[in-house]
Amino acid sequence: MTPGIGSKSVFSSDGLATLVSILRNQGYRVIAPHYDGVAVAYAEIETAADLPQGWSDEAEGGKVRYSKSVSPSRFATSQGVQGWKRYLYPPRQLLFSAERAGSGFRVVEPKNKEAPMAFLGVRSCELRAIAIQDHLFSQNGFAEPGYLGRRRGALIIAVECSRAVSTCFCASADGPEIEAGFDLKLNELASGDYLAEAGSEKGLVLLAHLILRDPDKAELAEAAGQAEAAKAGQSRQLDPEAKDLLARNLESGRWRKVAERCLTCGNCTMVCPTCFCTTVEDVTDLTGTHAERWRSWDSCFTIDYAHIAGGSLRQEASARYRQWITHKLSTWHGQFGSSGCVGCGRCIAWCPVGIDITEEVAAIRAEDRGPQKGEAS
Amino acid sequence: MDGHPLSHGLPPDPMLPRQFRIAKVKAEVPGVFTWHLTPLDGGGFAYQAGQFNMLYVFGVGEVPISISGDPRDGSKLIHTIRVAGSVTKVMAKMKAGEVVGVRGPFGRPWPIEAAYGSDVIFVTGTIGLAPLRPLIHEVLHQREQFGKVVICYGSRGTGDILYEDDLHHWRGRFDVNVHVTVHSAPAGYRGRVGSVAAAVRVARITGDSTTAFVCRSESMTKPAVDALHERGVTSDRIWVTLERNMRCGVGLCGHCQFGPTFMCKDGPVYRFDEIEPLFSVREV
Amino acid sequence: MKIEGLGPLVAEHPFFAGMDPAALEIVVGCCANEVFKPGAYLYRQGEPADKFYLVRDGLVAIEIYVPGRPPIAVETVEAGEIIGWSWLTPPFKWSNDARAADTVRAISIDGACLRTKMENDRTLGYEIYKRFMPIMARRLLQNRIRIVELATEPGGGE
Repeated sequence: MTPGIGSKSVFSSDGLATLVSILRNQGYRVIAPHYDGVAVAYAEIETAADLPQGWSDEAEGGKVRYSKSVSPSRFATSQGVQGWKRYLYPPRQLLFSAERAGSGFRVVEPKNKEAPMAFLGVRSCELRAIAIQDHLFSQNGFAEPGYLGRRRGALIIAVECSRAVSTCFCASADGPEIEAGFDLKLNELASGDYLAEAGSEKGLVLLAHLILRDPDKAELAEAAGQAEAAKAGQSRQLDPEAKDLLARNLESGRWRKVAERCLTCGNCTMVCPTCFCTTVEDVTDLTGTHAERWRSWDSCFTIDYAHIAGGSLRQEASARYRQWITHKLSTWHGQFGSSGCVGCGRCIAWCPVGIDITEEVAAIRAEDRGPQKGEAS
Repeated sequence: MDGHPLSHGLPPDPMLPRQFRIAKVKAEVPGVFTWHLTPLDGGGFAYQAGQFNMLYVFGVGEVPISISGDPRDGSKLIHTIRVAGSVTKVMAKMKAGEVVGVRGPFGRPWPIEAAYGSDVIFVTGTIGLAPLRPLIHEVLHQREQFGKVVICYGSRGTGDILYEDDLHHWRGRFDVNVHVTVHSAPAGYRGRVGSVAAAVRVARITGDSTTAFVCRSESMTKPAVDALHERGVTSDRIWVTLERNMRCGVGLCGHCQFGPTFMCKDGPVYRFDEIEPLFSVREV
Repeated sequence: MKIEGLGPLVAEHPFFAGMDPAALEIVVGCCANEVFKPGAYLYRQGEPADKFYLVRDGLVAIEIYVPGRPPIAVETVEAGEIIGWSWLTPPFKWSNDARAADTVRAISIDGACLRTKMENDRTLGYEIYKRFMPIMARRLLQNRIRIVELATEPGGGE
C-alpha cells in the first residue's frame, strides 16, 4: 500500500526497531526517551531497545517517580526531563572563535559538522513548544541561524499521549491532540503495533521503508481515544485569562508569598521547553591569542540577570518569580503572539519545593478585583 | 555556519563582530573617554540617532554603548564610554591603532519627525548627553522644522560637564537656548544651581506644543518627566531613553526585557506614555 | 521709597496670588523695594534673620560657608520664587548666604513687622503659613531627589 500525507497505516512493534536503524543508516542521530536509572531524558539511542519499554512514571509538585509497568509500552512514560531544546538550542554553543592577527583579529565562524537529528517520541506539548521556539527564533531581522539550521535538518516523529501524569495540564494549552507539526505521528497501540500518519514528504519517504498494512476500525478507535484519555487524566487547569489577570496584578501580595518558598534555583527555566534566555561569555586562552565567544543557557532567576551600573534590578525573589511567570503567561503574547506555556507541567514536577504555576495563577485570580476603569480587560 | 550542508538560505549570524580601528582616543570628564572608530573593511556604518552598538574587546567581552556622533558624518563612528565594569576598564586602557569588534546598529532610534512643527526641549545630565548628541546634531541640521530649541543639561559641578565645547557652540547660536545647571559651585558662580529639573521648570517653551527628549538615569527619569508635566508637556510627547544590561543586542538573550518590551529592539528609546505604568511598579 | 507704589508689585508676585486684598494691604505695610548688583549679598549666614524676599527678577544663589574653602553655592532661586524662611522660626538667624548671581530686583518684607501682625491677626498668619508650607515641602522633596541623584549617578573620577 502506498500511503499519502495524512492517511493512516499500521506497522508492527518490530517496525519501530527497523525505523530506528533506517534513520541511523541515513546518518541521523536518533534522539529518544531513555531511562538511565534516574529519570527518563531525551538522549541519543542506538536501537529501539534503548527506549524505556515497560516503564511508567508519576509526578507531583517537586516529585517524579518511575516504576515498572505491566504494559510493554515503549512510550508509556510522560515527557522527558527537558524538552528537545537541549538539542535544538544546546546549553553551550560556540558562536565564533577569533585569532589575533596584526593589530586586529580574525573572526572564524564555527564549522558545524553536527549530524542531522531525528526526534523520536515528541509529545503534543513538545510539538507546540518547538513551534513556539521556531517562531521566536525567526523574528524578522533578529533570526537565530544556529537554531534554524538544526531545526531545518531535524526529523520529528511525534507520539500521541494516552495518559497524563498529575502535573500535566496541556488541555489548558491546546493539547493533547496532535494535529500538525510532525514528519511522522505515531499512536502506540495496546497490541504493540503502531498506527502511523505521515505529516510531510520526509515522513512519507521514511514510512515507505516499512512493512505497512491498513488499520482496522478497532485500531482507529483505540488511537482516537488516546488523546481523550490523556485529557481525562488531567486534574490541573490553567486559568484561560492568565494573560490579562497577571498584567493587572503586578503588585499583588501573592508574589511575596510565593517568594517565601521559591529558592530562585532556576530549575523551572532549565526544564521549561520554551524558556530561551541565554548569556554570552567571551573567553581567551592563556596566551591571549585565541578567543572564543560562547552562548549558554541562563535564567531570569539569577540575581544579576537584569542589572544596570548601580546593581541588580530585581533584588527580591518575588520580583524574579513575577518576571518569569508574567513573561511566560502574559507578556509572551505581546512579544510572540501566543502564550509561552504549553502545559507540560515540568516546572511543577521539577521545582524542589513544588511551586505550581497553575496554583499561583489561581491564587492571583482569587484576590483579583477585575479590570479597573479605564484599563483594557 | 561554514561547512554545514544546510547553511544555504540561513540568515547571517548577528553575533559576529565587524572590526573597527580606534582612530582617536579623547579624554572627556574624569572616568569618561571617547573613541573615534573607522571600519577595517573600509565599508560604511549608517545609523540613526539614538541607536547603539555592541562593542567587543578581544577575549574580554562586549558592552552596549550608544553612538554619540553626527549621523551625517560618515568619516568616523563615535562612542563615548564611561568606565563602569570589567570590559570598560580594559577599554579605558586601549590606544589609537588597536582594533575592536562592533555589532550594530541596534535599537529604536529617536523619532525626529515626531517633533516636526513643535518646540523641542532636551533634558539630560552627566553622561546622558552622549546618546542625545546625535539627535541634537540632526535637529540642528533641520533647524527650520522646529520652533524653539532648548537644551537643559545638569552636572555635579562645572568640572564634569560633558561635551563642554559643543554646549558652548550650541549656546553661541542665536536659535538655541542652552541651560546648564550644576549641583554645586564655588561662591560667586553666576549660573543656575540645583537639579536639571529646575531648569526645565523655567525653560521658555510652550508646554502644549513641545516635544521633549530625555536622557537621564532610570532613577532621574521620573523627576525629569514630572518637571515636564508641570510645564504642560504630556507623556505622549515625551521621549526617553533607558538602559539595561544586554548580552546580545538582538532580542535573543532575554536579559534586557522591560515589561513586555525588549529594550534592545523595542527600545532603548520609548515614548513615555507607552511605559508609564511600568515606572510605578517596583523591580518590574 | 514710596510704599504705596509697591501694592501692585506685591500682588502680582506668585507667592501672594489669590490673597485677600485687605490682607495684602497689611503685608504691603511691611514691604520695601530692593535692587542688588551682581555679587551683592541679600543676607549673610549667622546674621539675624529679619526679612524675606519676593524675587521679581534675576537669580539668587544660596551659598553655605565651609571652613577651609570658599563657600559653596548649593541652590539658586528664580524670579517668581521667594527666598528666606528663617524669619519665621527661632533662632531667627540666617542658615546660609544669599547672593545675587546677576542683577536682582526683589521686594523685601520686614520679618519682625510681619510676625507681629501675624501674631495679632491669626487669619493673616494662617494665609502666610499656607503659602509657605507647599514651597518648603517642594524644596525638601527636590533636595531629597538631588541626594538620590548624587548618590546614584557617578561623579567624576569614580
